[in-house]
Amino acid sequence: MQKLVLLGDEAIGQAAIDAGLSAIYAYPGTPSTEINEYVMASKEAKEGRIIASWTVNEKTAVESALGMSYSGKRSMACMKHVGLNVAADPFINSAITGVNGGMIVVSADDPSMHSSQNEQDSRFYGNFAMLPILEPSNQQEAYDMIHYGFDLSEKFHVPVLFRITTRLAHSRSGIERKAVRTQNPISLPENLKQFILLPAIARKRYQVLLSIQDALEEESENSGNNVYIDGSDKSLGIITTGLAYNYLMENFPDRTVPHPVLKITQYPLPRKMLQKIVSECKEILVIEEGMPVVEETLKGILDHGIKIKGRLDGSLPRSGELNPNLVAVALGKPMIKGDDVPSLIVGRPPSLCEGCPHTDSYFALNEAMAEYGKGRVFSDIGCYTLAALPPLEAINSCVDMGASIPMARGAADAGLLPAVAVIGDSTFTHSGMTGLLDAVIANSPITVMILDNSTTGMTGGQPSAATGRLKQICLGLGVEENHIRILKPLRKQHTENVRAIKEELSYQGVSVIIPTRECIQTLNRRMREKFKNKKTE
Amino acid sequence: MKNDIIIAGVGGQGILSIAAIIATAAVNNNLYIKQSEVHGMSQRGGEVQSHLRISSSPIASDLIPTGAADMIISLEPMEALRYIPWLKPDGWIITNTEPFLNIPNYPPIEDVLAEIKKRPHHIMMNADEVARELGSEKAANMVILGAATRCLDIPYEEIEKAIRNFFGRKGEEIVKMNLSALAKGREMALL
Ligand SMILES: Cc1ncc(C[n+]2csc(CCOP(=O)(O)OP(=O)(O)O)c2C)c(N)n1
Ligand code: SF4
Repeated sequence: MQKLVLLGDEAIGQAAIDAGLSAIYAYPGTPSTEINEYVMASKEAKEGRIIASWTVNEKTAVESALGMSYSGKRSMACMKHVGLNVAADPFINSAITGVNGGMIVVSADDPSMHSSQNEQDSRFYGNFAMLPILEPSNQQEAYDMIHYGFDLSEKFHVPVLFRITTRLAHSRSGIERKAVRTQNPISLPENLKQFILLPAIARKRYQVLLSIQDALEEESENSGNNVYIDGSDKSLGIITTGLAYNYLMENFPDRTVPHPVLKITQYPLPRKMLQKIVSECKEILVIEEGMPVVEETLKGILDHGIKIKGRLDGSLPRSGELNPNLVAVALGKPMIKGDDVPSLIVGRPPSLCEGCPHTDSYFALNEAMAEYGKGRVFSDIGCYTLAALPPLEAINSCVDMGASIPMARGAADAGLLPAVAVIGDSTFTHSGMTGLLDAVIANSPITVMILDNSTTGMTGGQPSAATGRLKQICLGLGVEENHIRILKPLRKQHTENVRAIKEELSYQGVSVIIPTRECIQTLNRRMREKFKNKKTE
Repeated sequence: MKNDIIIAGVGGQGILSIAAIIATAAVNNNLYIKQSEVHGMSQRGGEVQSHLRISSSPIASDLIPTGAADMIISLEPMEALRYIPWLKPDGWIITNTEPFLNIPNYPPIEDVLAEIKKRPHHIMMNADEVARELGSEKAANMVILGAATRCLDIPYEEIEKAIRNFFGRKGEEIVKMNLSALAKGREMALL
């Protein structure tokens, strides 16, 4: 069969289609976005009537997937690692309800924070929820393990967490496909009370979850996803998780490691395999991408006399993405490097696109705020966060999606006035609406700017759930109509815009300003497509 | 056979097209590939890079180790230098000489070019100008790819085929333009 060359993300999308997926729900977030985009663009998925949908946030994605699974069908929810924080409630509770159709939650971690606020490790969530975790080491395994993951989910009737990291998500390689499986028919769960987590039922369901833990571990020992590769030099045993295995192998050009190696791609951890490598080897080196999850587990808080090297003892850096060179050093090999970067090289920080509507919104805001001084603008996550950098330097916070409005409210409560929140349209529907309702109920004297560029710009221009609805939403949440101001963020409207913002800054209640102009990138894309369609007509 | 290639440039310059074309040619030649790319901030004028690994045997790491790259293919001179730690001592730099000026503190271009010339193996050309003369500035990336074919262990015809495949949907005119940009870059790399 001709090999398909796919990104790790795309391999997951293709695998899900081939494994009988009925629906995928996702909120965009680097490095997970391409999974859903791939299914959305797939002809096969269309022919199979697979639902591929952007949801308003990650929580509704997991909940929608759970509803699909309740109905007997295979479903998937995809997000970036911080998305799993947002979806933590349904995720943890779906372990208690269990599932009917196979369900996989994909969480894409971003060690080194290439495009994220932190580098949290999703495996903690998997362990927390007591669910099986799959962590493929390469694109082919990602493809194969999605098939396996759905079977695993249906065998044990629990969701499966699928953990990937940036480098696998955004790296391409050849994939061999498996046979296509048909979708599940619709069916109700065997026990119609299973999904009702009233305390009396939840207690029983929790016992069920506890009772399968040994079997899940047994599965990890025997599935073939965790592999013990023997080596004659037992002075060191090496444990790798996920794609760290590749960095180990890169250091042995003939692909044979003299030491025993335990390659882990499935959790709960295979205790017997761990016992074997620990008892046979003098020292253990743990190589894992992300946080030292396995290393800490092995170490425990008491000293068992096992010598364990890894991120905690400094053999590998405590934070950041791994690479073959860091692993070489941990193996005691020399660090090979070309010349140093010449000193004249400077950074090229990202900036708002030429003609971006956000620039004009911030010009107006900066001028309106000038008389109050700096330090009063709470913002959020999106392209508009780039206003933190020169030349705009317009904002003072970016914490988690939706935080801007409640933070402004809190600051206003403290007496820091005026307090301004600046939030993107997609971020607003993701998790800004609840904060705005709080502010309305408290009649907080804050000014909220919702930057409506009709898209989710930062992640590549996916549709925004807010488009065409913002004013209605704000009205519905109780913002007074005469304090909802729609502006056109254009250079020539500048004076007018500054005046409008100043008026609302002096209003002692919630006002919402909505600068509305389409993102230049999506506008150009739309125009190109229009032109193309015209040509083919 | 093994080619470890760093492809560098600025968001929007078309480095991912170069990567995709070499990768397609390699796969059609039954070679193994891994190609890692940086997404996210890249469309907003930031630096973009891709690690492309081609080999006749299976490849372990998605990332090229430092000091191991056979070549750096760059659409921008300063960006070529950013990845010098990855280049092995006898590796090649194949780069455009036209700076992409979207920052206020871009170093003097003569210094940048002088720094590149310090390396034993380099191919430099003003790909923007060459592409402009051929009729489309957008094809600068294909000019550089053409120059790079001098260092790639993939038959030239396979790269041509991959270009036909890559631009095929856009019509014969675009295909021809890109093929002539490729040929011109290859020709100039000998001068
Ligand atoms: C919980 C969470 N989910 C997803 C992301 C990824 N993310 C960052 S910004 C952004 C979209 C912002 O869109 P919008 O608010 O419309 O602003 P724009 O980028 O269009 O200016 C997304 C999805 C994230 N950082 N956190
Ligand atoms: S992608 Fe759109 S919203 Fe983002 S900076 Fe560019 S023009 Fe602005």
